[in-house]
Amino acid sequence: MKILVAVKRVIDYNVQIRVKEDGSGIVTDNVKMSTNPPDDNAIEEAVKIKEAGKATEVVAVTVGEEKAQETVRKALAVGADRGIHVKADGIIEPLAVSKILQKIVDKEKPDLVFMGKQAIDDDCNQTGQMLSSLLDWPQATFASKINVKDGKLEVVREIDEGLETIEIATPAIVTCDLRLNEPRYASLPNIMKAKKKPIEQLNASDLGVDVAPKIQQIKVEEPPKRKAGIKVSSVAELVQKLKNEAKVI
Amino acid sequence: MSVLLIAEHNNKELKAFTLNAVTAASQIDTDVHVLVIGNNCADVAKAASQLPPVKKVISIEAAHYENFIAENFAPVVTKLAENYSHIVCSANTFGKNLMPRIAAKLDTSQISDIIKVQSPDTFVRPIYAGNAFATVKTSDSKKCVTIRPTSFDPCESSGGSAPIENAEAGEEFVSTKFIKREEIKSDRPELGTARVVVSGGRGMQSGDNFKLITSLADKLNAAIGASRAAVDAGYISNDHQVGQTGKVVVPDLYIAVGISGAIQHLAGMKESKVIVAINKDGEAPIFSVADYGLEADLFEALPQFLEELNKLNTIQK
Repeated sequence: MKILVAVKRVIDYNVQIRVKEDGSGIVTDNVKMSTNPPDDNAIEEAVKIKEAGKATEVVAVTVGEEKAQETVRKALAVGADRGIHVKADGIIEPLAVSKILQKIVDKEKPDLVFMGKQAIDDDCNQTGQMLSSLLDWPQATFASKINVKDGKLEVVREIDEGLETIEIATPAIVTCDLRLNEPRYASLPNIMKAKKKPIEQLNASDLGVDVAPKIQQIKVEEPPKRKAGIKVSSVAELVQKLKNEAKVI
Repeated sequence: MSVLLIAEHNNKELKAFTLNAVTAASQIDTDVHVLVIGNNCADVAKAASQLPPVKKVISIEAAHYENFIAENFAPVVTKLAENYSHIVCSANTFGKNLMPRIAAKLDTSQISDIIKVQSPDTFVRPIYAGNAFATVKTSDSKKCVTIRPTSFDPCESSGGSAPIENAEAGEEFVSTKFIKREEIKSDRPELGTARVVVSGGRGMQSGDNFKLITSLADKLNAAIGASRAAVDAGYISNDHQVGQTGKVVVPDLYIAVGISGAIQHLAGMKESKVIVAINKDGEAPIFSVADYGLEADLFEALPQFLEELNKLNTIQK
């Protein structure tokens, strides 16, 4: 069984982002970048399945600018076997990413495709579902537990009401929640080894996918700031303020 | 131009957030049709027909729609989409799971989680965990949009009398099978729509200590929330998580207890009308969004909070 894992390079989750003064976007110069956190869970799960002897190969793929390759390299350092980097500049919308991934799936013929449930930059939560739609494959989104069976997966999904369990036949798409597992850190020897693992370079245009955005970003602005609050010195004062000043209890 | 809103329901009742989504839909265009897909869900179609902004209800029933599997829903919605300019849905796990599957079939770039309708093709949506708002304009002729329900008021639930039409069901997608749903039943108000939310974080130190949160929530008729750290640690189940990858809440009063206030948590609660933070670390980022901050040990503060509430003659419900 072969698992393809899609990863995205995003601004690190610990960075307090800044909006550009001209409203054209977010400041990305000299900002720490990392792998989108739930994509780390996706890689971890694929590697664990391989380690359990249920998969033979894990391939990491990313779509993005030159430096996005770092994200693939990191996946190789935690256990992916080889990488694919599809080069594309600027904002690539989830629909275009899923079309690119569809081409990669046609070529690689994986049994499973894993990725994070949502990217923490655009917060779209679309790519996995779109890819499974294009392929007409089953989808298990927001997965917090995956049990690999013969030709099937049993997946526990986190939904608003609690937990849902579904069974999907492979080939299938799974989008991963942060609670799926605890991603490992890359050891230094493995980082060195990863440098020798192959990364295939492709261009989005070679794949015949039009990546021109269909959505125009007119402006990006900071959300309205909350008025500074006060510190209260006791619970009695807090309750009194909530009752008589804020009038919410 | 007409808007097709996919209703979220449980085959018996409309989910409350569908009413908020109807409001957003009616701001896009006044010709709002509601699509109810389910099994034995005539009551839901009837409830949808009574929403005043709704002009028509389309009902599709079949056994394989019982459990809201997106693979079953997407083809029938895609077929109906011919007659509409917009396909919309709440940005809950139901809509997040379903809408991209429809959008891809229609070759449309979906716009997720809108908080404002500026015009039929221009919307405002939060990005980077709500740390920036993007105004976006789509060039797609058919638009797929999911709606952040807490950013829109619910419409009235009665007074309308839209006609209900039945449409033909599609085929079953056999590669996906529903096994079970573990829903935590509770008499409390729902987290998404509660007037008051009391949330606990890593500072609670154990699931057992969440009893302190429960007692306070009982007193205030509040829903119970949690930070991701508390859910990850197993103190409480995932349906309580508030934040970027959990639920977004906008209550009149949000009480954050033992929550440090990572940006991912703030993304889910900082639009609340009044925010209270109780934390022993005076430097915790949660205080930067709190209207009232109390620097205190929660294990002393929460019992005192209950005591003080007991002294009050009345508490708003």
